[in-house]
Amino acid sequence: MSDPRKIPAPQPNVENQRFFDAAAQGKLLIGQCDACGQPHYYPRATCPFCFGATTWVESGGKGEIYSLSTMRRGAGAPYTLAYVTLDEGPAVLTNIATDDHDSLAIGQRVSVRFTPTEGGPPVPMFAPEGE
Amino acid sequence: MTIRNKAYIAGAFEHPTRLAPDKSTPQLHAECAAGALADAGLSLKDVDGYFCAGDAPGFGGMSMIDYMGLKVRHTDSTETGGSSYILHVSHAAQAIAAGHCSVALITLAGRPRSEPFGRFPGGAPEAPFEGWVGSTTHNSYGMCAARHMHEYGTTSEQLAWIKVAASTHAQYNEHAMLRDVVTVDDVLNSPMISDPLHRLDCCVVSDGGGALLVVAPEVAKSLKRPLVAVRGAGEAVKGPRGGMNLDLTTSAAAVSGPAAFAEAGCTPADMKYASIYDSFTITVLIQLEDLGFCKKGEGGRFVAEGNLISGTGKLPFNTDGGGLCNNHPTNRGGITKVIEAVRQLRGEAHPAVQVPNCDLAVATGIGGSLGVRHGAATLVLERQ
Ligand SMILES: [Zn+2]
Repeated sequence: MSDPRKIPAPQPNVENQRFFDAAAQGKLLIGQCDACGQPHYYPRATCPFCFGATTWVESGGKGEIYSLSTMRRGAGAPYTLAYVTLDEGPAVLTNIATDDHDSLAIGQRVSVRFTPTEGGPPVPMFAPEGE
Repeated sequence: MTIRNKAYIAGAFEHPTRLAPDKSTPQLHAECAAGALADAGLSLKDVDGYFCAGDAPGFGGMSMIDYMGLKVRHTDSTETGGSSYILHVSHAAQAIAAGHCSVALITLAGRPRSEPFGRFPGGAPEAPFEGWVGSTTHNSYGMCAARHMHEYGTTSEQLAWIKVAASTHAQYNEHAMLRDVVTVDDVLNSPMISDPLHRLDCCVVSDGGGALLVVAPEVAKSLKRPLVAVRGAGEAVKGPRGGMNLDLTTSAAAVSGPAAFAEAGCTPADMKYASIYDSFTITVLIQLEDLGFCKKGEGGRFVAEGNLISGTGKLPFNTDGGGLCNNHPTNRGGITKVIEAVRQLRGEAHPAVQVPNCDLAVATGIGGSLGVRHGAATLVLERQ
């Protein structure tokens, strides 16, 4: 196995700096529309369903794998790219943090695991429950 | 066709800010859009066309369409500097006159006072959230394949048939990078790149390029070449759009394909030949379903029956060998799809793969990343 993948630092802008400030405190924020009430991810200033103003709320950080693909070649492999559908509804494009990529499956329960980056704020990966 | 009296400007908005240190550039675009919609008395849902230029952050219009949650059937990011938005009015009028959209949104925004050199100028709104995940085309399309297998029981063997068909055609193309005819087992035994896609599920990487000339009818008729007419066109952009009701097994071609067939006044069953963007085998499978050559979920069976092979199948595809075997110049195979369709319609494909009496063909493509945000475009072409 090659060295673990280096995670590049996310580069927030003034709109989403607070997401990464919360991440540094172990909190996963999602967008919630003040007008239509629907949640969304990634969070943004306007609701992608109705253009209403949004409030960013803390997610429980639990969900299940919607789909996944484990990269087998190149630097940092293996690592698993996945969408995780949060219990609140939105799907998050993320990585599954595990040493056992072959055991992962669609529908599997996972919970958020904030992971350090190269000189930046931590990012929300997910890990199988119990790991 | 003329744009005279075919389009009107119904909404206009000038953002009141002159200094916006606390807002992102995408946010300013969205606020301008909201202002124009309010001015017109329209809502986000009414917008079916989007125009932007170089000031729009991210991946052309795809990032902004997904950020704002638009659903459009026409998009244009022609960049001519400060004149772009004037030009966009004209392009929008043309698109409206042609029936390709009815409410076109044009936005411009930026904040050079707040960030003269920009911390991350041009940064896509999704970049802070997705830039670190290690998404490549291989694993993004891999997720689509994994989900298609999960929902519909599609198998790696079925996907491999797409490569088998492409290689069967490529053997006749002296310029093709891969000319050996491969078997299903060859595909399955090739190294896994990103589950469930094997090396032979992936297109080649090649240098090269292509060009097309699109001309007025009177010009075309003055030339001594077969007449290949554009009979219909469709386009769409799709993204995760807030991550609600994510569906990785349906692409934007589910909009662009039916729109192109509707404009052309024909159906998938009328097509004698199909050029289908083949960055990966799964890309072909999902487009076959989305264009209506088979029902959603039945693409695997359709391709495993050998239907893509010229001479024996119902729908000869990519008779040059496609991106899977021939070439994929600068990692974009869109133009080569049109070129081989034109060859087929002119009767100039290799005799071993030429479709007899090929008078109607479709060329369809997916750009960007199928598993995240992508654009689709479909053309129906006719030999007259
Ligand atoms: Zn809303």
